[in-house]
Amino acid sequence: MNKHASQERRRRAIYGYLLLTPAAVLLSLFAFYPSVATLWSSTFSRGTRRNPTEFVSGGNYSDLFNDPTFWLVVKNNLFYAGITIPLSMFIALSMALWANSKISAKGFVRTAYFTPTVLPMIAAANLWLFFYTPGLGVLDQIGALFGLPSVNWLGQPETALWAIIIVTVWKESGFFMIFYLAALQTIPADLKEAADLEGASRWTYTRRIVLPLLMPTTLFIGVNAMINSVKLIDHLFILTKGGPSDSTKLILYYIWEMAFAYFDAPHAAAMTIMVLLVLGIIAAVQFFYMDKRTHYQ
Amino acid sequence: MSRLSRHLDSFGAILLAIVWISPLLFAFWAAFHSTSDAVNFNLTSSLTLKNFQVAWDGAPWLRYFMNTFLLVTIVLIGQFIITTLAGFAFAQVSFPGKDFIFILVLLQLFILPEVLIVENYAMVSRLGLFDSLLGVGMPYMASAFGIFLMRQAFKSIPIELDEAARIEGCGWFGVLLKVYVPLAKPTYLAYALVSVSTHWNNFLWPLIVTNSDKTRPLTVGLSIFGAPENGVDISVISAATLMSVAPLLIAFLVFQRQFVQAFLRTGIK
Repeated sequence: MNKHASQERRRRAIYGYLLLTPAAVLLSLFAFYPSVATLWSSTFSRGTRRNPTEFVSGGNYSDLFNDPTFWLVVKNNLFYAGITIPLSMFIALSMALWANSKISAKGFVRTAYFTPTVLPMIAAANLWLFFYTPGLGVLDQIGALFGLPSVNWLGQPETALWAIIIVTVWKESGFFMIFYLAALQTIPADLKEAADLEGASRWTYTRRIVLPLLMPTTLFIGVNAMINSVKLIDHLFILTKGGPSDSTKLILYYIWEMAFAYFDAPHAAAMTIMVLLVLGIIAAVQFFYMDKRTHYQ
Repeated sequence: MSRLSRHLDSFGAILLAIVWISPLLFAFWAAFHSTSDAVNFNLTSSLTLKNFQVAWDGAPWLRYFMNTFLLVTIVLIGQFIITTLAGFAFAQVSFPGKDFIFILVLLQLFILPEVLIVENYAMVSRLGLFDSLLGVGMPYMASAFGIFLMRQAFKSIPIELDEAARIEGCGWFGVLLKVYVPLAKPTYLAYALVSVSTHWNNFLWPLIVTNSDKTRPLTVGLSIFGAPENGVDISVISAATLMSVAPLLIAFLVFQRQFVQAFLRTGIK
């Protein structure tokens, strides 16, 4: 009897491993091995015909730390994250509060907010190009109505990153809105009634009741917005290609450029490792602080 | 007072909504007018389909559409098979080291495929899959996120159904196919919508792995078509952009509720 049970257990284990094999193979090929390989190749110099690759330990990293472009890119990305994360979350929350209140044309409003989410970033960039083109673009034409001079929004370092940021915020706010909307709909109506009975103003109700109840959602969206501030760079390929004078170059774009335009894989690998570290920290923060009862991911 | 504030709310919400879809509206406007009429906002000017014709003739769009369609299909089929098997293993089969392996899988949630472009490119080339749709799709098939989703779905299915099927003489695989998969249909639907819209829109990785029109998906094709070097004007770019987003946009407008539910159910893209 006992023997039969252990045989059954072994059969099950084999069965479990077989089921996992396809996933394990693919995850090893495209996630685990590449991560390790990236770490490995980030410690070797770039091979040329005259100088074969050699082990340089942290050499590529110190090259980057001495490279002003690298620091500019880091600064750009921090700025990009620092504006897009809070701004898109704030707009998402406002959208959700509106879309959840008793307003007219609610269906249209919700659709309008959410639509950018289903468009590819490349298409979004093309749409915005029509806004930003100097002279002919929508923004300049609106400006001209008020007698403002033409501005080359994408062509000057002072405004280019902002132009990029606006496209990102436009793209992701509606996506974040639906999570706020779903959370708002779980808030019981009697809380609002009680607040009204107590004579609380709408602002007090929002600040003291709604916002605290939305906190887990806010954390969830925050983590996603952080990941997006690393990931969302497709529009750079259309709008600025990182220019002018590197003012809109973000880390992932720089990695791409380093590897596929300058063919400098080792430095790209070193940067990749740093990005993975940052993502790891975000993961850890999420793991320790996020309320697990809310949205699973 | 409350009526006034309600009107103000409506006004603000609708104003923001109009601002939000204005890029799309302007693209519509530009796509159906000649370039000079479009940029002058000549409201009385006549409509034209010429931009669509110029755009259509300017690139092998039919090929791009086919490639994107095939790509999202390949990815989806791969994801369904792999995440179903692995999700089932994690949900209902006990084997040593299960928790540890599950944590390893979850790690992949934060190793974004986008970040590993350099080594994944090397891997795809090594496998001889460079410039093939399978090469574009493969890194996304064993999605840790999908495995997690399927595990959750299978865990919520009552064990009694499983046992009943076994008494009826179903084997392990039969139980999976006849009990678990049909009952997890809403999860599959949600996952499919999210997966299709993600991969329909994906750009960076296909840009790297494709090198010819026979594999390029729409996003990459559109970016090449609209590149400033090609000197295409704004009306034609608008027409091309609308053309390439039309299938997904129309699907979204028709099945809006399902889309929103899908994104909510799956949490992240």
